[in-house]
Amino acid sequence: MNRSTKKLLSGTLVAGLSLALAASAEAQQAARSGAWTLNAPEGEWHMTGRDYSLQRFSPLKQITTANVMDLRPVWSFSTGTLRGHEGNPLVIGNMMYVHTSFPNIVYALDISKPGAPQVWKYVPNQSPDAIPIACCDLVNRGLAYHPSGKIYIQLLQGELLALDAKTGKELWKAKHPETSGAGTEATGYKQGATMTNAPIVIKDVVIAGISGGEFGVRGRVSAFNASTGKHMWTAYSTGPDNEVMISGDANANYASHKGKDLGVSTWQGDEWKRGGGTTWGWYSYDPDLNLFYYSTGNPGSWNPDQRPGDNKWSMTIFARNPETGQAKWAYQMTPHDEWDYDGVNENVLFESGGQKLLAHFDRNGIGYTLDRTNGKVIVAKPFGPVNWTKGVNLTTGVPDKDPKYGTTAKRNTEGICPAAIGFKDQQPSAYSPMTGFFYVPANNICMDYEGVEVKYTAGQPYVGAIVRMFPGPGGNRGRFIAWDPMKGSVVWEIKENLAAYGGALTTAGGLVFYGTMEGWLKAVDQKTGKVLWAYKTPSGIIGNPMTYNGPDGQQYVAVLSGIGGWAGIGVAAGIGAEDPTAGLGALGAFGDAGQFSTQGGVLTVFALKNMAPPAGR
Amino acid sequence: MIVLVLFVLALLAPLAAPAPLAAQRPSLPQPGVLRVCADPDNMPLSNEKGEGFENKIAELIAKEWKSELRYAWWPVRRGFFARALNGRYCDIAIEAPGGLDIAAVTKPYYRSGYFFVSRKDHNLADMTSLDDPRLKKLMIGIHLLNSDAENAPPAMALSRHGVVGNLKGYNTFYSDINRPEAIVDAVANKEVDVAIVWGPLAGYFVKQSKVPLVMVPLAERDSLVDYPFRFNIAMGVRRRDRELRDSLNTVLAKRAPEIQAILDQYAVPHFPVQEERGDGR
Repeated sequence: MNRSTKKLLSGTLVAGLSLALAASAEAQQAARSGAWTLNAPEGEWHMTGRDYSLQRFSPLKQITTANVMDLRPVWSFSTGTLRGHEGNPLVIGNMMYVHTSFPNIVYALDISKPGAPQVWKYVPNQSPDAIPIACCDLVNRGLAYHPSGKIYIQLLQGELLALDAKTGKELWKAKHPETSGAGTEATGYKQGATMTNAPIVIKDVVIAGISGGEFGVRGRVSAFNASTGKHMWTAYSTGPDNEVMISGDANANYASHKGKDLGVSTWQGDEWKRGGGTTWGWYSYDPDLNLFYYSTGNPGSWNPDQRPGDNKWSMTIFARNPETGQAKWAYQMTPHDEWDYDGVNENVLFESGGQKLLAHFDRNGIGYTLDRTNGKVIVAKPFGPVNWTKGVNLTTGVPDKDPKYGTTAKRNTEGICPAAIGFKDQQPSAYSPMTGFFYVPANNICMDYEGVEVKYTAGQPYVGAIVRMFPGPGGNRGRFIAWDPMKGSVVWEIKENLAAYGGALTTAGGLVFYGTMEGWLKAVDQKTGKVLWAYKTPSGIIGNPMTYNGPDGQQYVAVLSGIGGWAGIGVAAGIGAEDPTAGLGALGAFGDAGQFSTQGGVLTVFALKNMAPPAGR
Repeated sequence: MIVLVLFVLALLAPLAAPAPLAAQRPSLPQPGVLRVCADPDNMPLSNEKGEGFENKIAELIAKEWKSELRYAWWPVRRGFFARALNGRYCDIAIEAPGGLDIAAVTKPYYRSGYFFVSRKDHNLADMTSLDDPRLKKLMIGIHLLNSDAENAPPAMALSRHGVVGNLKGYNTFYSDINRPEAIVDAVANKEVDVAIVWGPLAGYFVKQSKVPLVMVPLAERDSLVDYPFRFNIAMGVRRRDRELRDSLNTVLAKRAPEIQAILDQYAVPHFPVQEERGDGR
């Protein structure tokens, strides 16, 4: 593959093109103020998506389409834990901060020294009783940083933790509030609530989410003072407007989003109190509009028949003021969910034709482009072979559901696309201002939602749907696609045997990087979709590649491998393919993942040249 | 499995106080040891103090086999069979419904069902089916088990009968704020008019109630849905552990009178076991 790639790239036409593209990318990046990156130098990575837009785009261009075939591993680091590793490290100055799966260890490594020796290690004291509470493997999606020198991580057992970035000393711990207008709220693993997502730091506010929709946890985001951990506000995903923090109409563009207390009236009885809508995805922020963006998960606890109504504000994209929590707008993607299409995926901010936009690739298989100033949907097109809906009506904002693929306790439904795991799950996409395209790691999994299977929980037998997942059309379980967010169409596509369950990274070198569940890290030409380089890391990749400039001036690419997550739960938890409905049906689709990958958290770091060897003693 | 063992050890080593799970790790069955998965806080079934009827049945088997009884404490929630039993933290689950797919089951040793629980003075003892028109007007307490389309059969069936909205959900995620007795207490306290409760829970807590309550079983079959309201209960083992299953069948037959006595002691309402497809696989 390398030889033919070299031949292709030696053409002057290609080289000239990539230069022109790089120039336009610089122009676009220059338009953004330092507030977007916490004033990070070009070569550093201070927050989960490098900048608040969550574009996962780096302006670094030492590694290019022309030289990427010389990329080699130059050092690696074992994280010491075996379960799934989602997210990516941060690089701030000479330090790299690495997080792990449960028990959520944090390491600080000195990247100015050969082999990046450890400066400190923090092991949180977490109860192993939190383990059975975690839904889909024991993952953590990463760290946040405040320029006063603090690192934040959300612990599985339900705590937000602040560490001194220099010493690793614990500064404070905070939890979501224990009561609300609705009564007692679950805040920790003892009540079914866990925390897995990466927090976001905006000015002097840290915002944390919550997981545990399966246990009837009421979704919310809470803000804390970055220095003290003091609670500032909490905005719920369900309930009355004063608790959801909506004033007036949630979205002036759509009739279904207008009215008072829709977070109560679109539910039956008091089911909104345990209505789900958890918040475990990635958060973005627009410093110019002073709005932060996130979205909420599936409605909780009842079969769809037993919760008629839209079940607002589950499955919803929110834009909120980070200091007050007040919603500027909300848009519900999947009213009255019947398929577990959690809406938590990332909301990536970008501009096109002078418009301030947001893109979201939902579990439900639709790629959305919204006006991020007012929540109006501009483009909503399927990025895979979706059949639950015939399309989203842009006038009403509501998807036109195909009743043939609805799921109720009344009947069997076969061949629903996508499956509950979605055409895309948590794995974050990347955007390249050089091409104007999104690069989306995707699943290609469909499901049968059939009959009733006898199960047993909490000391009683019950009946549940048999969710059986299987590869979608084509037989490949994953895809990596380039997507035109204005046309709503796929530009190019790479088929993957297993799901592309890790995130993407775009660089000004014209490259896009992504990992596979087998453990391959691939570098692809943003324009053509041609795979230019690949390296097999020790375990399956469900983490996100990132890039930085070392103190030696070299550009490095780093990625966490360590199979797990929902798709990899079989390998991570030692469950075999013998039960295709285990792991919430994921084993039906990924029961053989163990043949391709084994467990183990490893950070692998790549560069064009080896690092200087350590001095002898 | 060795990998998993090392993982758990490495994981727990830095923790100061050994928590319950610290003592347990996945491993192969050991001779002379009866390893049982049980919920640490789920009366009347089991608890960490060994007070539940599952604990008593486990003790009976350990005595019969002259084995040391060792518990893997694991809340009976989603993943109990997939992760705790099939993940080799234990070898036996004392209860598993006869038609369970995820594990192998012994021959059933009792059969119970869902019950209407109401106050004696409320005169609802003649309510026997979900067709009863009064259900549309009463407040009904029912357990919430899991997420979408995974709930107690009566909860699923109620929506088919048009009983929607006048339901109050009780969590089965037991914690300081959610207790197993809450659903029965709610009837006594008039928070709900009628609760639909799994037999073993209903029997045990109704017997303890200071307010007189009545229990009426739901009919075996519903007029609108085709899933059952009564279940055979067997013991669960991993599918490949056929010899262990056969040994359990022997002891279940031999000690049947003692097991029935334990169930009666806990006021578990039970019906004669009916042969069903999938029993004893």
